[in-house]
Amino acid sequence: MTDSKYFTTTKKGEIFELKAELNSDKKEKKKEAVKKVIASMTVGKDVSALFTDVVNCMQTENLELKKLVYLYLMNYAKSQSDTAIISVNTFVKDCEDSNPLIRALAVRTMGCIRVDKITEYLCEPLRKCLKDEDPYVRKTAAVCVAKMHDINAQLVEDQGFLDLLKDLLSDSNPMVVANAVAAISEILETSPTAQQSLEMNIGTINKLLTALNECSEWGQVFILDAISNYNPKDDKEAQSICERVTPRLAHANAAVVLSAVKVIMKLMEMLDPHSDYITMLVKKLSPPLVTLLSAEPEIQYVALRNINLIVQKRSDILKAEMKVFFVKYNDPIYVKLEKLDIMIRLTNQGNIAQVLAELKEYATEVDVDFVRKSVRAIGRCAIKVEQAAERCVSTLLDLIQTKVNYVVQEAIVVIKDIFRKYPNKYESIIATLCENLDTLDEPEARASMIWIIGEYAERIDNADELLESFLEGFQDENTQVQLQLLTAIVKLFLKRPTDTQELVQQVLSLATQDSDNPDLRDRGYIYWRLLSTDPAAAKEVVLAEKPLISEETDLLEPTLLDELICHISSLASVYHKPPNAFVEGKASLRRSLPPRSQSDSMDAQPASSLESPTSNVSSAPQATVIPGADSLIGDLLDMDLGGPTPFQQQQMYQQMPQQSQPQQSGVVDFLGGEGLDSLLGGGGGMDSLGGLGDIFGAASSNSYVPPAEVWLPASKGKGLEINGTFARKNGQIFMELTFTNKAMQPMVGFAIQFNRNSFGLTPASPLQVQSPLIPNSSASASLQLNTSGQIQKMDPLLMVQVAVKNSIDVFYFSSMIPQHVLFTEDGEMDKKEFLASWKEIPTTNEVQYVITDVQHNADTVSQKLRNNNIFTIAKRNVEGQDMLYQSLKLTNGIKVLAELKIAPGNPNFTLSMKCRVLDIYTGIQTAYDTILHN
Amino acid sequence: MIHSLFIINNTGDVFMEKHWRSVINKSICDYFFEAQSKATNPEDIPPILSTPHHYLINIYRNNLHFVAVVTTEVPPLFVLEFLHRVCDIFEDYFGDCNESTLKEHYVIVFELLDEMLDNGFPLAMEINVLKELIKPPNFLRTITDTVTGKSTSVGATLPTGQLSNIPWRRTGVKYTNNEAYFDVIEEIDAIIDKNGTTVIAEIQGYIDCLIKLSGMPDLTLTFINPRLLDDVSFHPCVRFKRWESEKILSFVPPDGHFRLMSYHIGSNNMVAIPLYVKHNISFREGSSGRFDVTVCPKQTMGKSVENVVVEVPFPKAVLNVTLTPSQGKYSFDPVSKMMTWEVGKIDTSKLPNIKGSISLQTGAGIPESNPAITVMFSISQMAVSGLKVNRLDMYGEKYKPFKGVKYLTRAGKFQIRT
Repeated sequence: MTDSKYFTTTKKGEIFELKAELNSDKKEKKKEAVKKVIASMTVGKDVSALFTDVVNCMQTENLELKKLVYLYLMNYAKSQSDTAIISVNTFVKDCEDSNPLIRALAVRTMGCIRVDKITEYLCEPLRKCLKDEDPYVRKTAAVCVAKMHDINAQLVEDQGFLDLLKDLLSDSNPMVVANAVAAISEILETSPTAQQSLEMNIGTINKLLTALNECSEWGQVFILDAISNYNPKDDKEAQSICERVTPRLAHANAAVVLSAVKVIMKLMEMLDPHSDYITMLVKKLSPPLVTLLSAEPEIQYVALRNINLIVQKRSDILKAEMKVFFVKYNDPIYVKLEKLDIMIRLTNQGNIAQVLAELKEYATEVDVDFVRKSVRAIGRCAIKVEQAAERCVSTLLDLIQTKVNYVVQEAIVVIKDIFRKYPNKYESIIATLCENLDTLDEPEARASMIWIIGEYAERIDNADELLESFLEGFQDENTQVQLQLLTAIVKLFLKRPTDTQELVQQVLSLATQDSDNPDLRDRGYIYWRLLSTDPAAAKEVVLAEKPLISEETDLLEPTLLDELICHISSLASVYHKPPNAFVEGKASLRRSLPPRSQSDSMDAQPASSLESPTSNVSSAPQATVIPGADSLIGDLLDMDLGGPTPFQQQQMYQQMPQQSQPQQSGVVDFLGGEGLDSLLGGGGGMDSLGGLGDIFGAASSNSYVPPAEVWLPASKGKGLEINGTFARKNGQIFMELTFTNKAMQPMVGFAIQFNRNSFGLTPASPLQVQSPLIPNSSASASLQLNTSGQIQKMDPLLMVQVAVKNSIDVFYFSSMIPQHVLFTEDGEMDKKEFLASWKEIPTTNEVQYVITDVQHNADTVSQKLRNNNIFTIAKRNVEGQDMLYQSLKLTNGIKVLAELKIAPGNPNFTLSMKCRVLDIYTGIQTAYDTILHN
Repeated sequence: MIHSLFIINNTGDVFMEKHWRSVINKSICDYFFEAQSKATNPEDIPPILSTPHHYLINIYRNNLHFVAVVTTEVPPLFVLEFLHRVCDIFEDYFGDCNESTLKEHYVIVFELLDEMLDNGFPLAMEINVLKELIKPPNFLRTITDTVTGKSTSVGATLPTGQLSNIPWRRTGVKYTNNEAYFDVIEEIDAIIDKNGTTVIAEIQGYIDCLIKLSGMPDLTLTFINPRLLDDVSFHPCVRFKRWESEKILSFVPPDGHFRLMSYHIGSNNMVAIPLYVKHNISFREGSSGRFDVTVCPKQTMGKSVENVVVEVPFPKAVLNVTLTPSQGKYSFDPVSKMMTWEVGKIDTSKLPNIKGSISLQTGAGIPESNPAITVMFSISQMAVSGLKVNRLDMYGEKYKPFKGVKYLTRAGKFQIRT
């Protein structure tokens, strides 16, 4: 007697037969028939035709039969909504049954019937069940509220179920509390309107913490997640929550452990980083994370993705546990790749020898993806730990000797990065590399090799021959290789002009005449023109010093990382994307780490080791470029491997206006990419950050000037009307005034004076107005201002009080200085400084605004802002969103850091700012607003 | 929360689906099949797959893929833990969790799944609660059912454990012989490099119990050397506070089999390696090679090493091997290229050895690397970490139970690089 008998079918109409059985008088036969129906349903057969017959079996005392009918009902009620209504009566009756199991079953099932008509009938029974004497019924009813909310949110809110649900948070039974929490978090995820009514306070949190100890492991996950959304009001509260959550780290359920880690990681932000308690917490966090790695591989994977975030935030947590990340040969590939990533993150001078030995071992494994990543990892080690670079290089050379094709290619790609990081150190190995020229068949490896040949052309005797050999199949190469080859040959020519003329001619003609690729053609033309007009300049452009690459790779944006830390254990943490970027219907509540409450003590000790997780590896401050998120190699200035990183572009663009002649070879790439036409026409290139325009002295920065407004109406000025505005021109602030004489007599003897103001603005020269100003005429004046005046904080901050005198009287008026005229030209920070300051400024000081309805893309935005001295330091694309990192400086030296988040297709930008002085935020926000809307 | 579950066999049949919310068409599994086709091994399928509207969180166990569908932000570990728990429960109910047993008990499976989740939220996951709600299949009962014409497979009363403060234990347990057995099992995970140096060695330990005690016994278990344990995870029944303060395990046990605690002794402690492997594997030009492996006991504290199995996954280029073992049997699977040598017990006077020749496919080059050898073994009566149970005390009940502790050390992931 097994259930497989339910699958045997007879040839005669199965449905017909079942129908007869369902209507049989015998209970046993009925039940067997329902079982057969269910069995058909589970394998996906359509048995909806039997709806009425099955539902008729519902009124029965037999619990098993009832359950089966309910199962059926849940599946088909939606498609049979008209007939489903007959079931309502039974539900209402069952909700009053004396057996709690039946009451619970009824309330459970009716929530699953997604038919609006029925839902309305179920409000009353549900209300009763929420207050049922039996906790089993209450806990089922709690979930039912979430179900109903999903079907008809309005109804649930109108009927006051949310309040009833909230009451359940204080229930005496921990299981009821856990289910209520689960229902609430689900409702919150879809409905932001429920936010207010379900707000948590410390009272509820304490109840949750009490329930935490007693409820089931699944309930603990819900409760911990709910606690992680609560922001305690001070560090004492945070610490007490931490203390009560820490025991969960020893739970056998991995989900509970990771949720507890999330709560603790978040609350740790609020605690004094130097306290013993933090040291103790850090110690406690490590063992449970290690334990997760001995669980099933799927669990390991999720744990590893989260550990990746955790070690970026707090590298001290797992620093002693490097070995647990060593790869076993039968780990699933997804575990291997993640382990490798974390190994590199934990690599330091102390353990590099071990890591390198491991990586070398991995490089001989069978799985190609894993081998490739291991080879790249060796390169990353070399770049990260300078002392080990030599050993890494020799390991790579050993690997090249294996002649395994993909290993060789991967090694060449990383060696190129090592050359960039440590120039003039390892070039002796070039000869070995050249031996493998013929085996390279992947574009990336070919391009890397060509770059190496071009860059070190003077040391390779037969560089011309080598490059020529590549040239033969020029048309068949990948664009990346073509571009690289072009640049390399031009480099070669500039280094050895005598014997390579023919070669350069050949490549230029190939690029400009025989190619359909505009990038290639344009770059060809530029080189051609550069070479033919001014070879010296060409040399300076093409053979310029390149910035070094930085050691820390693949780091997440600090703000994104902070946000993801709040989402540890969630899908977001697996994808390393904020949840609103990928989860549908997710109310986009951005979570951020709570600010530390003792911000004053922080100021006293900036850049503590806990604050900056990278501090233990930071060196080489001259390094400027951070390679792209996915590959190490996206960063070569004159390699088109994925294009230069935005930050690099930024660097180049910003140097140009200051240095009349471009000096980085990367410039050429940019020009090439932009298209020659726009370059020569001077117009089209403007939208890309204005770099082009600046080089060629075309239209230059034009800061936004707000429209003039009436400062002094004629009625108050005894006939004198003053219109005016402020502007910033050539690094100076000007007050643009228009005086109109609406009186009957001419006016003479104009003079102006400023009251003390917040920024010390004061006229730099006397006011020059055409005098006399005859009636019904206007005169304009441009008054240069400087900031050497006396300072007094005004309210509003940007107000300046002005007195204007003429032959008639003295008039007083006040006007608002547009904040952006106070942004100075030297407000551009370098990347390092930016990162350091961002970390240094306490998160309490961070504010966020939304700038609505901006019709620009990231490039035009940065251009516009740049014109107004808001400098984009880096631009990154994070999951489709552009993040612009900007800095600006006020005339009084206050520096402001900003992050502008631009989602494609969304005209609302999010602006986050950090500054030590809080008063200026409004002004700056207004400045952004006005600049972007004009 | 968890929307639906599909159970898929190795040939790609979706033979079971369960929806806790609206029905999701099983065509969603196409995304899974796509990932499956990309993966070389079934275990290499990424556990989390994203599709335009859903996330597929899946595990691979007993040659079955359990694919859960979620639509909203859900802690993935929660889903993974749930799926593994589902398998555990099936195994407990049906003795095994494979395609045929699941198909055989279709309705029970379906009822169980329905009872475990409500709207995607865990409802009853404790095995003792489930067993009261849905009786496990039982040969005797099926006979009584057919004779009496009554079905008893669904319990009609609210399970007692469901809401008590100790949901893991049902009330009214009665045994004539009261027994409590504890198995201290330690698995050594290790990577040994080709020179015999230990790259990493760690111990994963478990204390599995079989408790058959009447009433509501309250147990305390103490260790002689609890200081060894600094990374532990406990069954919910263990009172964490007492462990924190006194380092003793105090708990009201569930009835029957369960895992009381698991612990991890990390690579920073010294772990004794009970055996080492002398190996000499070489490939030569001209499509052949030599293979010579000897297994020797090392630090075994005088206990004998048993159930030794050596597995060698040969590179793809290997055609066949011809070997002579000094003891035990060996087999070679020409498809997976896996050589398995069942050594059995190691006799210290005559060390087990296997040697012979390897033939390579003609035309295939010499493999780039030697295979990593996996060794399995077990040593009874010994916990390699040295952990020892001191005593077990029982409170709350009057009878005298029979108590027993067993120790076992075995290989976890024990690999030797060659």
